[in-house]
Amino acid sequence: MKTIYFNKFYKSFNILSGILIISSLVFLVFKGLNFGVDFKGGTLIELRTNKSSANITKIRDSFNQMNLGDVSVKNFGNETDFVVKFEKQNSNDPKFIEEIKTKLSNSIGTVDFRRVENVGPKVSAELLRSGVIAIALSLAAMLLYIWVRFEWQFSLGAILALFHDVIITLGVFSVFSLEINLSIVAAVLTIVGYSMNDTVVIFDRVRENLRKYANVKIFELTNISINETLSRTIITSVTTLLALLSIFIFGGEILKGFSLAMILGVIFGTYSSIYIANPVLVSLKVSQRTIVKEEKE
Amino acid sequence: MLYFSKLRVFSVLIFTLIISYFTISNFTKVDDEFFSKNIKLGLDLQGGSYLLLEIDNNPVIVQRLQSKVLELKKFFKDKNIKIRNFSIKDQSIFFDVNITKKEEVLSLLDDDKSEINTYFQQFKSHEFDIENEDNSFKLTYSDYGLVLLKNSSLDQAIETVRRRVDEVGTNEPNILKRGNDRILVELPGLDDPGRIKSLLGKTANLTFQFVATNQEQSFGTELLQYESGDREAIVSKRIIISGDNLVDAKPTMNNQTNQTVVSFSLDRVGARKFGKATSSGVGKSLAIILDGKIISSPTVQEPIVGGNGQISGDFTFQSATDLALLLRSGALPAPLNIIEERTVGPDLGKDSINAGIMSLIIGFILVVAFMFYKYRFFGLIANLALISNLFLLVGILTLFEATLTLPGIAGIILTVGMAVDANVLIFERIKEELKNENNSIIAFDSGYTKSRTTILDANITTLIAAVILFFMGSGPIKGFSITLGIGILTTLFSVYFIARLITAFYVIKNKHKEKLI
Repeated sequence: MKTIYFNKFYKSFNILSGILIISSLVFLVFKGLNFGVDFKGGTLIELRTNKSSANITKIRDSFNQMNLGDVSVKNFGNETDFVVKFEKQNSNDPKFIEEIKTKLSNSIGTVDFRRVENVGPKVSAELLRSGVIAIALSLAAMLLYIWVRFEWQFSLGAILALFHDVIITLGVFSVFSLEINLSIVAAVLTIVGYSMNDTVVIFDRVRENLRKYANVKIFELTNISINETLSRTIITSVTTLLALLSIFIFGGEILKGFSLAMILGVIFGTYSSIYIANPVLVSLKVSQRTIVKEEKE
Repeated sequence: MLYFSKLRVFSVLIFTLIISYFTISNFTKVDDEFFSKNIKLGLDLQGGSYLLLEIDNNPVIVQRLQSKVLELKKFFKDKNIKIRNFSIKDQSIFFDVNITKKEEVLSLLDDDKSEINTYFQQFKSHEFDIENEDNSFKLTYSDYGLVLLKNSSLDQAIETVRRRVDEVGTNEPNILKRGNDRILVELPGLDDPGRIKSLLGKTANLTFQFVATNQEQSFGTELLQYESGDREAIVSKRIIISGDNLVDAKPTMNNQTNQTVVSFSLDRVGARKFGKATSSGVGKSLAIILDGKIISSPTVQEPIVGGNGQISGDFTFQSATDLALLLRSGALPAPLNIIEERTVGPDLGKDSINAGIMSLIIGFILVVAFMFYKYRFFGLIANLALISNLFLLVGILTLFEATLTLPGIAGIILTVGMAVDANVLIFERIKEELKNENNSIIAFDSGYTKSRTTILDANITTLIAAVILFFMGSGPIKGFSITLGIGILTTLFSVYFIARLITAFYVIKNKHKEKLI
């Protein structure tokens, strides 16, 4: 197969990644994330109206009259389904939901509440904390694993690639105000696993080639390794993306955010194992001595 | 790597078949309990309600401290020590002693064998922590004392919650402890938890107390609201009988007034007390108090000695039924707050299953088609491994009766997408080996050997993510981590035993053929 010179573009893509990361961070800091009820607390109601004449404005107006705090209404899948979110959560009052339903029926006709989620402030704070801990823990576990398996230069490259993927994926969620809920945390963790997986496959090859070729510069060597593993990288990304696209298109509205995050993560993860992880090895001047030294010890 | 002993081939086949059987058992009906296992559907797929309740332990603590004060008073009186200025503030007991008695009090409270402040040897902690300054003492629950208290009130509460939920008769409720002050209630198939919530939201502390004849507040009386909210009355603090004395309660019709009432029967102690009180109290009003609110206050017409009575009030048949249910199931030790609720209607659950299965089938077909396009015959082997992988995964989930959630289905689909990775790594490696090696058996063998560490590395990283998710995640997300994690194990099995077995047979048969892969 023809060799592709990935290494020619190390610099330009590193600049691009730098820009993406900085703009993601800017968005994350200044715009923040759109947390769902899981992490912010409040109430979510997925409802189905039996008339397609019921529209977002009408529904929003009737909810606004109920004194429930900040209300957001969004279409959910088809035109009779909506998701309504508001700040107030009062799960202790057994009639709370019933009253909302009655009032809503009076103004827009019969509605069916398909899903109700009511999360108190204490629980949402805990869920947020355990979500953050889970992501931090998984990053730490990966770091530890790769540290045991590889030399520190490799660990640094892999971890930078991980942070790259997670930050940019969250950045996209911030830019488009996509909702962050529990399933997004699951997606981010899976991205961490996938991105690591992808990087490890190339790194294994780099290490093997380091042993094989004493006189090839790491700049060339990474390119050889990327090329040798390229068809695997492409095939695995394609099959994973096929599966994810199928969830995104056919899996229903609830899994949309989850599969979108995963799709972004797989794309960035594949890209970063080539363009973040390898340039790190180059700039740390990894050579045969890096791994031989370790093996002697 | 290509050699398989006959025994090995046999055990791989048997194992695969047995596990696959459980996949199929989801769709068949067999009478035997073991062989007709079904995968459990999570609440998000079958519809139902998830409620997380938290006990508000503050009233319990105050209550316990109050009785502790009585205990302390008696204890020190017996020891001839004078205690002054008892008070309860900020969940602590305060009192003063004569400065000469200070050391004695301190040793009585702080001794390992203290009768009044139990010492727990295994935790190296007293029930109460003692603070002393000059002649003042402060008793606060120690961390361990608090844990003990919380555990006992949680145990009590969970029993009551279970009785109440059982009385409503939902199918297969799941009631679990969470930490030391929370109860998780899962109610499959319930799409309107309103009634359960109103039943769980009541402490159901029932007492019978006389309305004070002299309607002026004094030390022994308290001012209480009526349930209707439009009246109030001063009642004596003395409790004649409480809900604990009830053995049964049911809604009935009062023939004279044609009203719905709750009839109750008392245990022997309760019946005796009630008889005595009503005998001496003919003509007085008897307040029936539930959770600090007066339901009604009928006048005692004649002594009630049989141990049976009626509670009248402004009941509908439904509210009388609910009150009877609450009284039968007993009082909660403390109020419960619902801090999280998730309810999914049955038709959304059905839609989710359909969407999940649809995307699984389409994702599967896409991946299988792509693999066949890329690798032809070896694509078929990978696809066979993929199919057995799916059967193994669903079979193991069924065998362990794991709960399948919507994200769990997503985990299965993702497994389908990622499972081929291992075979791709192997096939690509074999292709490389074949460039320098003419003997295809050796090339295949080293292809397997050389790709092994990479495959393990790659799968372990995903497994780490799944394990962390399993321990940190809740509900549906846990379901995702289970399918993802088990999916990795079945993937490795299907690649290293099933696909390799078929590859081995094929390669050994066709070792002289050109361009095997």
